Amino acid sequence: MLETLKTLDLTPFILSFKLAGLTTLILFIISLPLAWYLSQTKSKVKPFLEAITALPIVLPPSVLGFYILVTFAYVDLNFTFTGLVIASCFYSLPFMVQPLQGGFETLNKNMLEASYISGKSKLITLLRVALPNIKPALLTALIITFAHTVGEFGVVLMIGGSIPDETKVASIAIYEMVEIMDYGTAHIYSAIMVLISFLVLLSVYIFNHTQKKIGGFH
Amino acid sequence: MIKIDINKKLHGASGEMNLNVNLEIQEGDFIALSGQSGSGKTTLLRILAGVETAEGNIQIGNDIWQDKKFTLAPQQRRIGFVFQDYALFPNMTVEQNLLFVKKDKVLAKHLLEMTELSELKKRLPNMLSGGQKQRVSLCRALMNRPKLLLMDEPLSALDPEMRTKLQNEILTLHKEFGTTTIMVSHDPSEIYRLASRVVLLELGQIINDGTPKEVLLKTSGSQKFAFEGELLEVIKVDVIYIAIVAIGQQLVEVVMSEGEAKKLTIGQSVRIATKAFAPSITD
Repeated sequence: MLETLKTLDLTPFILSFKLAGLTTLILFIISLPLAWYLSQTKSKVKPFLEAITALPIVLPPSVLGFYILVTFAYVDLNFTFTGLVIASCFYSLPFMVQPLQGGFETLNKNMLEASYISGKSKLITLLRVALPNIKPALLTALIITFAHTVGEFGVVLMIGGSIPDETKVASIAIYEMVEIMDYGTAHIYSAIMVLISFLVLLSVYIFNHTQKKIGGFH
Repeated sequence: MIKIDINKKLHGASGEMNLNVNLEIQEGDFIALSGQSGSGKTTLLRILAGVETAEGNIQIGNDIWQDKKFTLAPQQRRIGFVFQDYALFPNMTVEQNLLFVKKDKVLAKHLLEMTELSELKKRLPNMLSGGQKQRVSLCRALMNRPKLLLMDEPLSALDPEMRTKLQNEILTLHKEFGTTTIMVSHDPSEIYRLASRVVLLELGQIINDGTPKEVLLKTSGSQKFAFEGELLEVIKVDVIYIAIVAIGQQLVEVVMSEGEAKKLTIGQSVRIATKAFAPSITD
């Protein structure tokens, strides 16, 4: 057992976290203006944008993976880490946008208007008033996006393949271990995944709980 | 001189309504805007602030804030706005709330001293009482030395003692800054103390406009006192009838004849008027 642990190949995990970290960062930058727009607009296009944003939640990963696979064939991104990052951004988009939008929507409209009336632009209001006052929603968005990307399997399987150090992330590695009947390693990998996921979720809930207690947000 | 001539269709609780306001205001004036809820008072303030659209013209001195072709953004109007719910920035301390508007430490210090908030300047808004929050909100509204100060029922959520205290502070600040002010208020004593002019709005139209004395003193003929109250009960005692009426926090008994008693229904709003020859005041 100890021997197995010592020789355990951790690169799939490192790759998973690298992928999740990059995806979270990119999605945060893309989703911030999108979520802000959705929370403030009364435009008729809002439901359409919301539906498109939420699509990855209901679509089977194979459907999303299939379309991405077909598209990536033209730009030669299949079976590369970059391709994986782009695909993950599509796959995890709703998990970043929805909590942020929800957070923005609970903000006191008068407070935002007070900022505009004070002469502050929409961008300054977003960065200095809106964002600091939705900390729990912000944390939820970041952590859930990260965790969801780590836990992604279907899309990665379809467009990433299983190239060591390039696209073989933890979830794929476990699948492979099971396929070659290496249940020992599969057990350890799975246990690590369960532990990390649990700790991540626990920290989110503890943080939100303490924030509610001190009344640090609405 | 401030010239306001605006028009907007509103969909209120009582159906469609046309907000139609034509006002000229002297610079430095303190206007109280009064009227029943749903009469368009808040909407008028929001249109002046530029956070709501309407047709018409708004001109402040030589600056045009709105005309047929053009609407100035709220950011460029230099307005102070005091919200009923304070609308402070919860992530900033009292002092940061002020400095966020303008990095003018001297003015911030002065305003906080005037409103006795200096000791609390490092506190976050959720550590303040309602009265303290509203003072911060008032200070914040004055930070960019506004051309027009708009207050939407700023004191209605506070207890009577705090109201009086804040009314004095508003008065002091108005004297010092000379800012043209429009305040929505329902409280006659507040209006009387603060405002130099009252504009009464009903269903989007101005129905009365004058000094607080002209608009608020409701006496007519030889009646010296008149109070609105709610009829709670009518009791028959021998040949007379006694009405129990709630006026404000007080219950009073009024004697009436059978004929009068038959015209009234329990729960209706009534007016009690009396001739007073030598009223006495005690505290």
